[in-house]
Amino acid sequence: MVTTYLFYFLSFLAIMFGLMVVLSKNPIHSVLYLVLCFFTIAGHYVLLNAQFLAVVHVIVYSGAIMVLFLFVIMLLNLNKETEPHKSIWLKGSAAIAAGSLLLVMVGSLKGATTIQSTNAFNPNIGLIENLGTTLFKDFLLPFEVSSILLLAAMVGAVMLGKKSIK
Amino acid sequence: MTLGYVIYKLVLAVIVFAVTLLIAMYSTYAERKVAGFLQDRLGPNRAGWFGILQPVADAVKLFMKEEVIPSVSNRTLFIVAPGLSLLTACMTGVVIPWGTSITLFGTSYSLQVTDLNIGILYLFGVVSIGVYGIMIGGWASNNKYSLLGAMRASSQMISYEVAMGISIIALIMTTGTLSVGQIAAQQQGWHWNVLVQPLGCLIFIICAFAETNRAPFDLPECEQELVGGYHTEYSSMKMGFYLFAEYINMFVSSAVISTFYFGGYNMPFVGRFIHDGNLLAILGVVFLFAKIFFGIFFFMWVRWTIPRFRYDQLMNLGWKTLIPLSILNLVLTGAWMMRHEILSVFIK
Repeated sequence: MVTTYLFYFLSFLAIMFGLMVVLSKNPIHSVLYLVLCFFTIAGHYVLLNAQFLAVVHVIVYSGAIMVLFLFVIMLLNLNKETEPHKSIWLKGSAAIAAGSLLLVMVGSLKGATTIQSTNAFNPNIGLIENLGTTLFKDFLLPFEVSSILLLAAMVGAVMLGKKSIK
Repeated sequence: MTLGYVIYKLVLAVIVFAVTLLIAMYSTYAERKVAGFLQDRLGPNRAGWFGILQPVADAVKLFMKEEVIPSVSNRTLFIVAPGLSLLTACMTGVVIPWGTSITLFGTSYSLQVTDLNIGILYLFGVVSIGVYGIMIGGWASNNKYSLLGAMRASSQMISYEVAMGISIIALIMTTGTLSVGQIAAQQQGWHWNVLVQPLGCLIFIICAFAETNRAPFDLPECEQELVGGYHTEYSSMKMGFYLFAEYINMFVSSAVISTFYFGGYNMPFVGRFIHDGNLLAILGVVFLFAKIFFGIFFFMWVRWTIPRFRYDQLMNLGWKTLIPLSILNLVLTGAWMMRHEILSVFIK
């Protein structure tokens, strides 16, 4: 009962903060609202009994990625004067494109049916022991392949960041 | 979930909060006394007996001072930032086991507010959020010195979080749990983790100094280059909040270091002489606080002994020394844990 109310409360907050990200004029405020939005999503993970996912979400997204975002935007010092002016045609076409995307999304969701799960759902899958066992037993190859992907991305970033390649 | 349970948890949380604030308050006094001792001076000795009322006088002074909010700054964020800093500093106390459990009227009360199954990650998450208070404060001041100080603080904290995280992974590998309560319980007697993970412990302590922005890593508030760092524009109790958050962080770091590596509330030999559970639990709390106070003294000792690093030296130490060392520690720990399997390949 309490979890239902919490779910609606968190969903309301998540949608509100998501809207504020788009609507606020100041880019720093947008980033801070996005951080708050991530916190509400972490709250959803806790409601799903996935504490590990929730805390990793906070550490990785709020603690690392958004701090770097904030870093870059603070140093860029964006304000109204430096903002590039866009023509009315560009704005209009962007509005039409985004509107048709919304139409497609609503249309596809309207005809959707509820997915019936084939396997029995284990409510404790989000706890760290179960998650670790699943990742390292059933999904070992995808897990290792994705780690190699991350390593490649890291090496690529270092290569791009170098001023001169000897 | 009875009413009594809720009241007991609330009371425990309030006690932890109050003790944290009290210790942070007297850390400011201890800092000046230790500085005086190390520099052969007297330190504060006017307010009360041996200057014992000095923190109270400081608090009154900070509250009474004129509060200046720069006219061009972002007012809301400027006010929110110091509060955020203090909030994240206070949030870590809940997962630390302050003692075993006390039995009153047939009911056992654990002295840990909550034993999360991801306690270590919770601590780590709160530490990683702690950057925001400093960054927002530095940016909202609309001052170049503040912004540079905030940038330094956050890049320093992000850099040292990496080495800290890897040294914690090695600790998790040997203990096999992410719950802080279980880690403390495993170190009964002399099974302190520092004996298992000496290199990891050293890396963790160095990173704790960098995370709390304490000397020799107090680059964010380096006076010669940055005036007052991220709190240049802050005055009155808002600046007090930032300073207070630093002392709370120091207390919590000492508590975490004691719990992870130096046995927490465990003490060798005492269990042989005392068999009363409650007395043992209270002695455990006393023992943990003795370790914490030594940790705080150690923080101050280092501050008044070692000069400040240069910024490039700080970054080199973080990225080129501590991270490779912590990865080496991780590999060695893994090799030691798998030694039978590795040996059986060669000796067959």
